[in-house]
Amino acid sequence: MLTARSCLLTTARAAAGLQASSAVRSKHTLPDLPYDYNALEPVISAEIMQLHHSKHHATYVNNLNVAEEKLQEAVAKNDVSSVIGLHGALKFNGGGHLNHSIFWQNLCPGGSGEPEGALLEAINRDFGSFQNMKDKLSASTVAVQGSGWGWLGFNKASGKLQIAACANQDPLEATTGLVPLFGIDVWEHAYYLQYKNVRPDYVKAIFQVANWNDVAARFSAAGGK
Amino acid sequence: MLAAKQIALRSARLPLTSFAANRKKHTLPDLPYDYNALEPVISAEIMQLHHSKHHATYVNNLNLAEEKLGDAVAKNDVSTVIGLHGALKFNGGGHLNHSIFWQNLCPGGSGDPSGELAELITRDFGSFQAMKDKLSASTVAVQGSGWGWLGYNKGSGKLQIATCANQDPLEATTGLVPLFGIDVWEHAYYLQYKNVRPDYVKAIFEIANWNDVA
Repeated sequence: MLTARSCLLTTARAAAGLQASSAVRSKHTLPDLPYDYNALEPVISAEIMQLHHSKHHATYVNNLNVAEEKLQEAVAKNDVSSVIGLHGALKFNGGGHLNHSIFWQNLCPGGSGEPEGALLEAINRDFGSFQNMKDKLSASTVAVQGSGWGWLGFNKASGKLQIAACANQDPLEATTGLVPLFGIDVWEHAYYLQYKNVRPDYVKAIFQVANWNDVAARFSAAGGK
Repeated sequence: MLAAKQIALRSARLPLTSFAANRKKHTLPDLPYDYNALEPVISAEIMQLHHSKHHATYVNNLNLAEEKLGDAVAKNDVSTVIGLHGALKFNGGGHLNHSIFWQNLCPGGSGDPSGELAELITRDFGSFQAMKDKLSASTVAVQGSGWGWLGYNKGSGKLQIATCANQDPLEATTGLVPLFGIDVWEHAYYLQYKNVRPDYVKAIFEIANWNDVA
């Protein structure tokens, strides 16, 4: 089981990705956490991590597989209406799987320190400073109405970093075109057992466990400079 | 000193400019029971946070949004009036929904529906159990935060089940009159039921106040 080295090892397996679809589609599986359930304490409790990973994320994976099974059948039968009707389940469960798979990699025990290199230059260029970026991302994330995610994303067309928020499990790239770099889950299940209604405290604290190496790897993979 | 006629003319001309000055603030309604009164179905800890933090925040933020609305209307700033819609719907809906919710519940529940309400339920769903099954299924299926509702369709005269996202208020969103609502924002149940929303939805019928619904 990984411990202190996990921030760099986590980076090495960044963006594990989902299975490519084909005639012989493999099922999606729940990715292992790159660290123990208690490894993100005191920022995120072991209880939250265990429920979040083994219950919530696992359910998205299972339900995504069920929805994709139905999708294959509908396509095989040329049932366009059902194909369209499955959109909600695919977006919700597929988005949930995508988002959480990124999230576990975005975090690491004790955090990785501050961003460096090309990522830091881009942050300074597009936000003025690392603190400014954190302030903007925090404000947008705290302001999400209901369930959703705050994101630091990369706009491939403009070459700039951008902050965005998505509702529910809507996946960032499919929804906005931005490549997801760092996400903050603000569904209440992500923090309530520990932070109760005080979402701002959770959002402030999560930067202490941010893995900027993983964020930098995503930025680089997306063509960011 | 204005003549009576001038005062009457002024009042008739721009009624909206006075709405901000005369508007009373919204207040957090008291619960009709103690925080622990709905145990074991809903814990005292949840009730205290839900009422004194979550609902209270909607009330405060609704008052803020309405203050800004009053200013924007007075300045004829249509863009800002429209821009306030999100805050009004979210906080206003939150206040409306929770105000109904606290009344929809009572310690130990009220027993099964009776009288005209029971007849309508049987007519429109086949049985009380069938209505509970449908309402439960719809409510559990809400993606993200939202509410499940038993509502009344004034147009058709029928009972209907509906769900709304976030704090979208039932009547403004669907036209249905809200009768009984089940809050499935995670803050409504997570401390006690964790991810098992179906258990919470099943249990909440034990404390439903059908007298209020009727």
